[in-house]
Amino acid sequence: MLSTTSLFAVSAEIADPVVKTNLLYEWVGLVPGTMALSFLLILFFGKKLPYKGAEIGITAISLSFLFAVAMAFTWIIDTQSVLNGDKGETAAAVVVDDPIGVGETAAPLIPLAEEGEKARVTIDPIVKEFDWLENGNTTFGVGTLVDGQSVMMLFVVTFISLLVHVFSTDYVGGDRRYTHYFAFLSLFTASMLFMVLSTNTLQLIVGWELVGVCSFALIGHWWEEKANSDAALKAFLTNRVGDIGLLVGMITLYFGAGGTFDIIDINSQAVAGEIDHTLLLIASCCLMAAVASKSGQFILHTWLPDAMAGPTPVSALIHAATMVVAGVYMIARLYPVFWDGLSISGSNINLMALMGGITCVFGGALAFVQTDVKKVLAYSTVSQLGYMVLALGVGAYTAGLFHLFTHAFFKACLFLGAGSLSHACHHTFDMREMGGLRKIMPKTFATFVIGSLALAGAFPFAGFWSKDEILAGAGVWPGTGGNGTYYIPFWFGMLTAAMTAGYMARVIWLVFMGEYRGHAHPHENGNRITVPLMILAFMATIAGFLNMPKPFADFLGIKDAGLAFEHWVEPASVAHFPAISHASPSLSLAIVASLVAGAAAAAVWAYYRRLHQMDPKATAYTDSFVANNKLIRAGHTMLVEKYYLDHLYTHLIAGGTKGPLARAAYWFNQNVLDGTVNVAGRSTASLGRFVYRYIDQGAIDGAVNASGLGASGSGQVLRGIQSGKIRSYATLMFGAAALLAAVFIVVV
Amino acid sequence: MTEFLNDWGISLMVFLPLIGAALMAFVPASQEENHKTIALFTTLATGLVGILLIADFDYDNSDVLQFAVDARWIEVINARYTVAMDGMSLPLIALTLLVVPLVIIYSWNHIPNPGNPKTFLMLILVLHTGMLGSFVAQDLVLFFVFFEVVLLPMFFMIGVWGGEDRLYASLKFFLYTLFGSALMLVSFLALYVLAGSSTFNMVQLAENVVTEDISKTAQVLIFGGMFMGFGIKVPMFPFHTWLPDAHTQAPTQGSVILAAVLLKLGTYGFIRIAIPILPEAAVEWAPWIGLLAVIGIIYGALGCLAQTDMKRLIAFSSVAHMGYVMLGIATLTDFGINAAIFGMVAHGIITGMLFFIAGSIKERYHTLEIARLGGLLVQAPKMGWILAITTMASLGLPGLAGFWGEFPAILAAYDPAPGLSDALFRVYMVIAAIGTVLAAAYLLWLLQRTAFGTPSEEFENDPHIHDVVTEEWIAWTPLLILMVVLGFYPRLIFGITDDAVINSLLALGG
Repeated sequence: MLSTTSLFAVSAEIADPVVKTNLLYEWVGLVPGTMALSFLLILFFGKKLPYKGAEIGITAISLSFLFAVAMAFTWIIDTQSVLNGDKGETAAAVVVDDPIGVGETAAPLIPLAEEGEKARVTIDPIVKEFDWLENGNTTFGVGTLVDGQSVMMLFVVTFISLLVHVFSTDYVGGDRRYTHYFAFLSLFTASMLFMVLSTNTLQLIVGWELVGVCSFALIGHWWEEKANSDAALKAFLTNRVGDIGLLVGMITLYFGAGGTFDIIDINSQAVAGEIDHTLLLIASCCLMAAVASKSGQFILHTWLPDAMAGPTPVSALIHAATMVVAGVYMIARLYPVFWDGLSISGSNINLMALMGGITCVFGGALAFVQTDVKKVLAYSTVSQLGYMVLALGVGAYTAGLFHLFTHAFFKACLFLGAGSLSHACHHTFDMREMGGLRKIMPKTFATFVIGSLALAGAFPFAGFWSKDEILAGAGVWPGTGGNGTYYIPFWFGMLTAAMTAGYMARVIWLVFMGEYRGHAHPHENGNRITVPLMILAFMATIAGFLNMPKPFADFLGIKDAGLAFEHWVEPASVAHFPAISHASPSLSLAIVASLVAGAAAAAVWAYYRRLHQMDPKATAYTDSFVANNKLIRAGHTMLVEKYYLDHLYTHLIAGGTKGPLARAAYWFNQNVLDGTVNVAGRSTASLGRFVYRYIDQGAIDGAVNASGLGASGSGQVLRGIQSGKIRSYATLMFGAAALLAAVFIVVV
Repeated sequence: MTEFLNDWGISLMVFLPLIGAALMAFVPASQEENHKTIALFTTLATGLVGILLIADFDYDNSDVLQFAVDARWIEVINARYTVAMDGMSLPLIALTLLVVPLVIIYSWNHIPNPGNPKTFLMLILVLHTGMLGSFVAQDLVLFFVFFEVVLLPMFFMIGVWGGEDRLYASLKFFLYTLFGSALMLVSFLALYVLAGSSTFNMVQLAENVVTEDISKTAQVLIFGGMFMGFGIKVPMFPFHTWLPDAHTQAPTQGSVILAAVLLKLGTYGFIRIAIPILPEAAVEWAPWIGLLAVIGIIYGALGCLAQTDMKRLIAFSSVAHMGYVMLGIATLTDFGINAAIFGMVAHGIITGMLFFIAGSIKERYHTLEIARLGGLLVQAPKMGWILAITTMASLGLPGLAGFWGEFPAILAAYDPAPGLSDALFRVYMVIAAIGTVLAAAYLLWLLQRTAFGTPSEEFENDPHIHDVVTEEWIAWTPLLILMVVLGFYPRLIFGITDDAVINSLLALGG
């Protein structure tokens, strides 16, 4: 009976829930709580403290980080023990809800695993909720949901946030709004964790918007300059556009799932096929708009590069490592919805995979023409976020989240590295003002190169493993399997691998090689800047091994170390997660991808070397075949103008709404609607005067007063229009009302 | 105590301000401090009675009309003095009780030209009685009287203490509202006659409408009259044009009361009177109300984008915000109407706060022209922050009060009451969602141009520009706290209204 609907059949193979809990899982709400408290304390008392509030923020984030680490370890230990056959403490006592309706056949089936792997069971999410509001006799809660995904994210957010806090004490030291800066770092961390730990979509929306407003405040940190506040507004408004999709999508899901915001419930229903497929499709498409705005997907990515107007540590924390991955995180959170809604399994293209594919290529291309090092990294972030979305789009759930994980380390490393460069070079990010810094700033150089290698996907750095998993997950390369055959996303991904290596080679050459071209006196920075860099570089080196393929682990001789990340993060054999199949790793694919990336980097390297030999101060060819070819120049202009999307948004859409459209509406208001009212008022006044003058006074009293009428009349008209005669209007109105009432009652 | 409250509580609360006003009439106009003190103490005493009532309110039965008093009044037409409160009126009563004392505190050093605090404060007290009375009246004639009592003080407030164009604005406000009231009165009278000429009691009328078997046409027409009366007060597009003028010309205190409480009389009328009494007609009208509501959302936002004056912009934003409230009401679902009540309170707090800020900016800069402002965060950082938080609340940011009026209303539009077109309301839902983008646009744009940047040369070294002062802090802090508290714990209002709203919709069968 299970095989009738092949898509959902496998999902019915659900093991008994494994229930595990402890104080850490139950009280994880303390972590965002601590950060929120820290925000309030810094806001109200920060300025009076010796370190201007930074000490509160750092204490709070350190405690949070320790909590997160402890929880991650507990989670890993619990997961491993379950993998080894532990059935959980109370498993026997739990009654299975049987959401699929397959009855008694469902319980004992577990064997849902790749070949050669023993059946894997994961711990049931630990949910803790409080009443938040009630409406229509339904109570909605707010709380925390602990599972592999949120534990992983909790670790990433607190880890990067801690390093950014430390880095910032030096980087923004002496800033005019130092205290506010730390207050908002705390608020951001609190909001982000509030969102990460959401038990329901309503809470997710709230957290989603709160991180947006923190991003707004931090992008506009130096709001005295209009460019910065413009960037902040742009970020907020672009995100609001995406939020239309978020609201509509979540509302559709709410009703589709029979009136619930509960994430586990929605997911279980989606897996069981209880939600109408069309509704899931609509919801998925709407939610993709939200992902596009928050996670910088083409065509709503334009705010992200502008967001670099904020302080650099903020760019590292919010606009690279954590907040911008909220969209990716949301997809993963509601994966069954997208899985069914976009028919990810067994397909060769869908909206998510396509959007991700286009974003990674188009974003990567833009990174080539930037002269500002932060902008290169920003477009690189756009491109890498595209990679993550692509991964989830082709069904490679773990690969997507794993890339989120590794990307957080190497991209934060690169951004903080860029901050270190700017700190040393008189606050410039212009690569034309840099060059030759490898000798002057050896620590920054070393960490930046490691970060770049990880980003470019060089063996054995972190990006290599996650990127490779994504390419394998597309299911195109012979022998990889996967959930479908996603040709276009695969080749887009491959192209991006080459582009990534290329533009990072360009950055490294321009910044570190050759001679120094600027006018500052660069120097290596202090420990509070370099130590976070080194820690991140270390993570960028080793993080990839967490999910190395099984054959490689066997090759290294470490038993059972393969796919650890997948085991810890990806749910299996549960009612709220679809039965996805996993692509097998391919050595040939890894080699080919590495060769492609290496070739691209080598080509770029050679280009700049030759340029350097011709003119040591040059940063681009001004006179050559490339520079003179019309087609290439047109393409170059296209990239410099960012595909003209900013013109479209800023001038046509925003300008059009703010200008002509708003003015037209207001004109209509003043002249048509209000005009009607005024005409009605004046006509009534004239009617009153007519009655008064000709009937009352004219006919009855006319003869007596005829002489005086002309003189007072003109003045009365003006006064009448200006001030009116309230009593006479009122009388008229009530007379009319009584009359109307009488007519009405008689007629009806 | 409970017995006393049951018999006299509501009446005492409603008429205390009038007693205060009467007392002030005997004090010479020159004793300004005494007037302010009397006015403040009167509103505080009123508030105290209100707090006792709210404390004694039975929240487990919030759908039951409590502290009910039913006494003879005008026997000729069977109009009775019937007052009571339930979960639907309680939040609005609380809002009124809060806002009026704050306005009087703010007035301490901010009596607008041409002065004369005696009359000014007396008018506010009369308004207070009218507003509270409207929220507790359970008899249509009594409601109508209170509804109209509100009109005159506001007319004088705008007409005497208003800006340059005050006469035009006050007259327009008065006549426009009166026009609606007249039609509403027609409806009330027709309803009375058709339902057997026996009662004006709202609850009984709802029953009589069923038993007397009033034709649907008549119901629809009667609803239409009420729609005009309430709709103009809300105000709904296209009957909103009195609002920007009234707000722009009114003194700060007038704007605050107008935005915070007066507009809610209209929306309250819909959920207390029109829909429960005439549910069948409501189903006929709902698509049109919904249509006007979403037009109002977009149109109000566009109107805001075109403004060059800060106060006028805030005034126009009311059209858009009340659009969400009306959309919630138009769904005729418990979800939507709960959201609408939340939206009313939230809009009262937030827009009231925005008008306070506008008033204080005007006092310091002597202009509200957006192009001339800028750099508020530099010159008056605390006020700049307050403006930032309030605009964020106004644009419906979760975590602040505005969100809980907006999002559930949009959500309710997905699945309106039986008998309404799902497809149509889903279109409304999407339009309303688009409206949130425009709301963010005009509010942030306002924030950017007034608070960010650096002060213009004109005001750079102006010694009059100072940060928030004590009486402003006292008047504003409660509103700011409520904005955050309601944002984080929406249950405070939803928990009270839910049962009462469900009860009021029983006649709809949903």
